[in-house]
Amino acid sequence: MQRIGDGIAVRRLLIGAAVVLAALFLLLPLVAIFAQAFARGIDVFWANVTNHYTLAAIQLTLFIAVLTIPVCLVFGVALAWLVTRFRFPGRRILQTLIDIPFAVSPVVAGLVYLLLYGRTGWLGSWLDGHDIQLMFAWPGILLVTIFVTCPFVARELIPLMQAQGSREEEAAVTLGAPGWTIFRRVTLPNIRWALLYGVILTNARAVGEFGAVSVVSGAIRGQTNTLPLHLEQLYQDYNTVGAFASASLLALIALLTLVAKAGLEWRAARREVHP
Amino acid sequence: MSIRLHEIGKHFGRTQALEPIDLDIAEGELVGLLGPSGSGKTTLLRIIAGLETADNVAGARILFGERDVTHLHVRDRRIGFVFQHYALFRHMTVFDNVAFGLTVMPRKSRPSSGEIRSRVHRLLEMVKLEHMAHRYPAQLSGGQQQRVSLARALALRPDVLLLDEPFGALDAKVRQELRRWLRHLHDELNFTSLFVTHDQEEALELSDRVVVMSNGRIEQIDTPDELYRHPANRFVFEFLGDVNHLEGTVRNGVLTCGDARLAVDLEDGPEELLLRPHELELAPSATQHAHLPVCVTAISPVGAEVRVELEADWLGEPWLATVSHADYERLHLTRGTRLYAVPRRWHRFPDERREQAAPLPVAVS
Amino acid sequence: MSSRIFAIGLGSTPKRVLPGFGLSLGISLTFVSLMLLLPMTGLFGQLAGLSLAEYWAIVTNERVVASYVVTIGAAAVAAVVNAAFGLLLAWVLVRYTFPGKRLLDALMDLPFALPTAVAGITLATLYSSNGWMGQLLEPLGLQVAYTWVGIALAMSFTSIPFVVRTVQPVLEDMPNEMDEAALTLGASDFTGFRRVILPHLWPALVTGTGLAFVRSLGEFGAIIFIAGNMPYETEITALMIFVRLQEYDYAGASAIASVVLFVSLALLLAINVWQGRFIKRLHGGHG
Repeated sequence: MQRIGDGIAVRRLLIGAAVVLAALFLLLPLVAIFAQAFARGIDVFWANVTNHYTLAAIQLTLFIAVLTIPVCLVFGVALAWLVTRFRFPGRRILQTLIDIPFAVSPVVAGLVYLLLYGRTGWLGSWLDGHDIQLMFAWPGILLVTIFVTCPFVARELIPLMQAQGSREEEAAVTLGAPGWTIFRRVTLPNIRWALLYGVILTNARAVGEFGAVSVVSGAIRGQTNTLPLHLEQLYQDYNTVGAFASASLLALIALLTLVAKAGLEWRAARREVHP
Repeated sequence: MSIRLHEIGKHFGRTQALEPIDLDIAEGELVGLLGPSGSGKTTLLRIIAGLETADNVAGARILFGERDVTHLHVRDRRIGFVFQHYALFRHMTVFDNVAFGLTVMPRKSRPSSGEIRSRVHRLLEMVKLEHMAHRYPAQLSGGQQQRVSLARALALRPDVLLLDEPFGALDAKVRQELRRWLRHLHDELNFTSLFVTHDQEEALELSDRVVVMSNGRIEQIDTPDELYRHPANRFVFEFLGDVNHLEGTVRNGVLTCGDARLAVDLEDGPEELLLRPHELELAPSATQHAHLPVCVTAISPVGAEVRVELEADWLGEPWLATVSHADYERLHLTRGTRLYAVPRRWHRFPDERREQAAPLPVAVS
Repeated sequence: MSSRIFAIGLGSTPKRVLPGFGLSLGISLTFVSLMLLLPMTGLFGQLAGLSLAEYWAIVTNERVVASYVVTIGAAAVAAVVNAAFGLLLAWVLVRYTFPGKRLLDALMDLPFALPTAVAGITLATLYSSNGWMGQLLEPLGLQVAYTWVGIALAMSFTSIPFVVRTVQPVLEDMPNEMDEAALTLGASDFTGFRRVILPHLWPALVTGTGLAFVRSLGEFGAIIFIAGNMPYETEITALMIFVRLQEYDYAGASAIASVVLFVSLALLLAINVWQGRFIKRLHGGHG
């Protein structure tokens, strides 16, 4: 088969250009992270990672991610079920609304939460009167993290569930299956990989969010510092190796995310060929 | 279990998909819903199943036997539904698909797992798929998938079996086979079945009675024989087979159209006659009653009869005639042969004005 | 029981066949109202406290306007570069097989998966004068770190997947016959690409580039480390909001944020509308 651009010279040139540019632009930074983290040897790396403040930041970051994921999961599944299984007025608008977090600058996202729940906001001042402080504390970090990550699960599920249609669920209804059983035994097995990928993306973004979190966290070392904020502080303090030690942990999560994605895609492709 | 519908209509937004319909189906009957796409037949079937809700008007009622199911959820109607594209659960084996309905019953009424197993195996035996029990739907052919879908629908011993274009996606030979097989199954198990099809041959061959629908309306309900012999209107006539048209003006008992003439026993005025291809005879010369000169433009000698396409100056659209192989040889038909068409009988639906006539149905194989 | 959930309002009350309408509607509306819409009230509350003149003074402040110019300029450059680079990557990934292709494909998602702050400090380190890339480029007279080139570079890094992942599926779905038809009609590779393939990819390419541009306008973490953040020269608008916040000037921050918010939402809407039109053209109006 002969197609446009299949000539050997064109082909080599284009592949070469793509590979070299991608290596310089994407792969080199990845290598640099680990090179910098281990620049002074593994002992210094380990000392940086097990530093009290780093451990506290890791702990807070994981804590936030663990709380964010179930919220996004429930919302994502509910929204996807709603917009792909029912027709109702306002369906399109609802589908557009969930894209807002993608379009809004993270700093702006942090700001709107700060304005609402901060001491000067109408809700924040009321909460303040009841001695509840959300901003500059972990609940604030959690709220903005949920805001920026909430579209991921829904965005993975909606196109898939739309493509699959509701025929299998209808068949289950005619066979007398009650609601929860339909979801658990018919829908869930069909969407589980997309669901898993949505969770992985949610997690990657939750542990890595910087702009929004930096607005609402207050960045108190050992208390409200997440890992990205912690590495920023280290970097500003000219502790480059320390900053990159933390960065390498986050990069590792990113790498695992890529591996998981490639694995899930490979699985999906294989199922298409040999169902 | 009989099915009775009263005043069942359906609007989608502002468009009326179904005019209020009354329909009685007797216990044990196998009834076909026949119509072109968009005629409302699938909507009607889905309303009976409970997958779609009929317009909420005072008189609208659906009865299964004496049971009023109008406001009952699909789940509680005890119907078996076979979907057009099977809708098998693709992540379950054939066995699990068929067993699904039994395994999701409330714990109290659910059969034991041993009982479920034997029931599923009996069903798979019935659809001749015992050896496929552990395959996944994607590993089966279309016909096999459809049989699994049937077994799954029958597992709960439904009162009523509803099938949406059950053989639509299959090739002609498999379709024939499954049709015969479904008829046998129906006679053996004696449930009440209703199926949707756009294929008139399928409807006529399989059904005890056929409901012909168009534009959300029931045009006629009759046995296949009555339907073919006594179509209630022009739409039914045209939908049930190939039709040749003859338009002209009648004066003194002779219909004239260009240089074509046909003796008819009709009042003076414009007329349109409809003729079936097998009701046309071909002859080397005109008769006293019919002078319809035509020219052969195409011949298809495949099958029990020879299909001959005819054209003439006075014809808007070509005619189709079917002749026996004996006649075909006797007349030495080749492309370009000039001869005369002699109608054995013709039909007319004078009450319907042209613009009321339904659009020509899509050609059906 | 859930089998008796009725739709809310609007004329007839059809019974839903599938369960869970009420539950999923409840969860979705609650979430959207509390998490997405309610916080916006804080912003509008803050803005309502400003007079029009005050608002205008804040958003047209000289330093702020300079930040618009830097942000939009760098984002535009990044978007154009990404359009070309992204098209090349998508093309190579779809059309050719070569060793390491799977790796290259996986690498495309790195900028989405990598936290922006990590990307930020890494790029800043790589392109600083004693970094791996900086050492190479500075003798050539190309200063990247602490200039707008660095800002554009960071923007380009974080938004390249938008172009690749939007163009890739369209290119994959393009039937081979289109190529073959062009070649049998005597077109050269270049003409065939320009006249047959590019028009086919155009909607996806514009959409992907548009999304990349919107993302670049709002990007913060990846940029601030490499930007140098010199007022009037390398200060991006997102940073201006941050600076105002640190000065406890909430009104100022809100006013600038409202501009960013409005521009991104308007662009997103425009992309959606534009995309909708193209889908209609290609698929006959059912988009």
